Amino acid sequence: MDTARELDNRNRADDDAAKPLIDVEERSMQDTPYPEKTVGKPFVDAPKMKLRHVNVFYADNQAIHDVSLDIGKNEVISLIGPSGCGKSTFLRSLNRMNDTIDICRVKGELHLDDQDLYDPKLDVVELRARVGMVFQKPNPFPKSIYDNVAYGPRLHGLADKKYDLDEIVENSLRSAGLWNEVKDRLHSSGTGLSGGQQQRLCIARTIAVSPEVVLMDEPCSALDPIATAKIEELIDELSESYTIAIVTHSMQQAARVSHRTAYFHLGRLIEVNDTETVFTKPEHELTEAYITGRFG
Amino acid sequence: MSETTAKVRKSLARRYRQEKRFQAYGILSIGVGLLALLILFTDIIGKGHSAFFEHYIQLEISLDRDVLGVDDASDDEQLNYANFGGVIKEALRERFPGVDDRQQQRQLYALVSSGASYNLRDELKADPSLLGGTRNLWLLADDDVDLYLKTPEKKRPEARLGDQQKQWIEDLEAAGDTEKRFNASFFSHGDSREPELAGIGSAIVGSFFTMIVTLCLSFPIGVAAAIYLEEFAPRNKFTDFIEVNINNLAAVPSIIFGLLGLAIFINLFGLPRSVPLLGGLVLTLMTLPTIIITSRAAIKTVPPSVREGALALGASKMQVVLHHVLPLALPGMLTGSIIGMAQALGETAPLLLIGMVAFIVDIPGGPTDPATVLPVQIYLWADSPEQSFVAMTSAAIMVLLAFLITMNTLAVVLRKRLERRW
Repeated sequence: MDTARELDNRNRADDDAAKPLIDVEERSMQDTPYPEKTVGKPFVDAPKMKLRHVNVFYADNQAIHDVSLDIGKNEVISLIGPSGCGKSTFLRSLNRMNDTIDICRVKGELHLDDQDLYDPKLDVVELRARVGMVFQKPNPFPKSIYDNVAYGPRLHGLADKKYDLDEIVENSLRSAGLWNEVKDRLHSSGTGLSGGQQQRLCIARTIAVSPEVVLMDEPCSALDPIATAKIEELIDELSESYTIAIVTHSMQQAARVSHRTAYFHLGRLIEVNDTETVFTKPEHELTEAYITGRFG
Repeated sequence: MSETTAKVRKSLARRYRQEKRFQAYGILSIGVGLLALLILFTDIIGKGHSAFFEHYIQLEISLDRDVLGVDDASDDEQLNYANFGGVIKEALRERFPGVDDRQQQRQLYALVSSGASYNLRDELKADPSLLGGTRNLWLLADDDVDLYLKTPEKKRPEARLGDQQKQWIEDLEAAGDTEKRFNASFFSHGDSREPELAGIGSAIVGSFFTMIVTLCLSFPIGVAAAIYLEEFAPRNKFTDFIEVNINNLAAVPSIIFGLLGLAIFINLFGLPRSVPLLGGLVLTLMTLPTIIITSRAAIKTVPPSVREGALALGASKMQVVLHHVLPLALPGMLTGSIIGMAQALGETAPLLLIGMVAFIVDIPGGPTDPATVLPVQIYLWADSPEQSFVAMTSAAIMVLLAFLITMNTLAVVLRKRLERRW
């Protein structure tokens, strides 16, 4: 890996004089030691999710190393870090979406309120009703807008009557800021919406089952800036009723939407602090290097 | 012009030439394929179209009570034993008087099909008042006469008929006493030794029952196997082994499946021979791998994002499969199944081994009645010595091809119709 990069650098050095300087610095960053334990404020009082010593393995590959973190109630926490640092893996272990990957194992203590997430007696269906997830790529079902939102409530039997279901659908779409745009075509296909609308539909679908925590895995990476702005506004509103953990590649986004920010680096949680602190006075060198754009 | 541009231009011309050549190869290949198809169709249609028509001869027939041996035409029992052959022979003798030689008489009687008696019986049954009177009636001509009448003038001297017979036929034709009609019995009758009476009715019904059995077994089994393998089965050596074997099964020559059916279904389980149920079972074995492989491919095309979305909402694995994977994969599964069924419809070899090659006159009434299927009927007729069977074979091939083309078109239309975007 390193040899390959060096070769690459040498080639690039010919036509771009500024490049090697940065690379030299990047290499020096690689040598920066990881902190003994996460710096900053990883823990809060009365957390919604309490995660201790989380280790995630893909077969023999360890993707997450001993991460301990609290997620507070009605908090928006963003997980940032360079590609491949394990933030998505970590997020997916919070509602056991990693179960679908055969070779993936999760170790550690993960609690939602007092419930152990990996308790063998816990039904994963129940857990996922409490911890919803929005994905990177908008993935509405190829069904009508109404059916998309009504799918979760129907699944869990949340509404007995058509009237109740209609209300849930309307409220969810309103909360997702989509109602006015789609109220006249609830029965047309969800896949016919624009990318940003699709993503808001997915958010509406997720909150239709009234989860306690909403996990968002880079929800805006496939969207244009205007759609992104709408989603960010939405996240802000949703934080009044939900606890939100969001993985993002955009530091501006993290700065705009989150209360706290957690910085991951190669499977380790380096620093957790109030968003403002992270972006103005990061405590750890690696965090600083990342947010100032020296690598990532 | 810089040096690079010059070089690029030079190479461009070569690249375009290559591209044109490449396209030409493709067009050539398609042309060869189409030509082969064209030759096949012209040959088959050229030979087979005449079988869709047959000739009738008009004779003045006196339905004499004594000759027929019938005094009450509304009595079915009496009609069944009536001597219709006698009145037909009498009518022929009347029409061509002066034929006294026994040999010649036999030739004369051969002008009319042996099935004409049934024509006559049906006429009489429909209108009992005809009994005792004299009527001009159209009777089915014998296959040799039919063939002679279908032959163009120039080639008639070569026909396989006696000169006397040819003369009689020419006379009838000149008098306007022959008529060409649509051969409806070709579609309704079972097999027969007499080409003018033989039809593909029993073969079509037999094929229908066989296909029903095949579809009812292979579609659910194939789809269930595909869903299990694709969605639930763990990835290990055992499932790999199963996968390899399914692919192997798809490549096994179909006659082996016939042997298997013979050994297992007939010898071990004691199923009756020659029945569509058995044919359907054997063809199910043959079609299963196709359906499993295409269904798995269809399931694989369902995007994982849809599955994840449903899982994240708290759907169980089975709900994900039933609510999302199956509806999205269904068009592909249906297409694969129809193609598999089309294959099974055209299959002959395994059916020969389980006795579906029998001479079946009756139209089967259910999947446990002895039957034959279209491709086997074609095989049987292709083997028959009578000249008229050449045209009938081609006609039967046309019918089979029509079914196959319909099924394949249906598969394409279904795929286009049900295909959803995501």
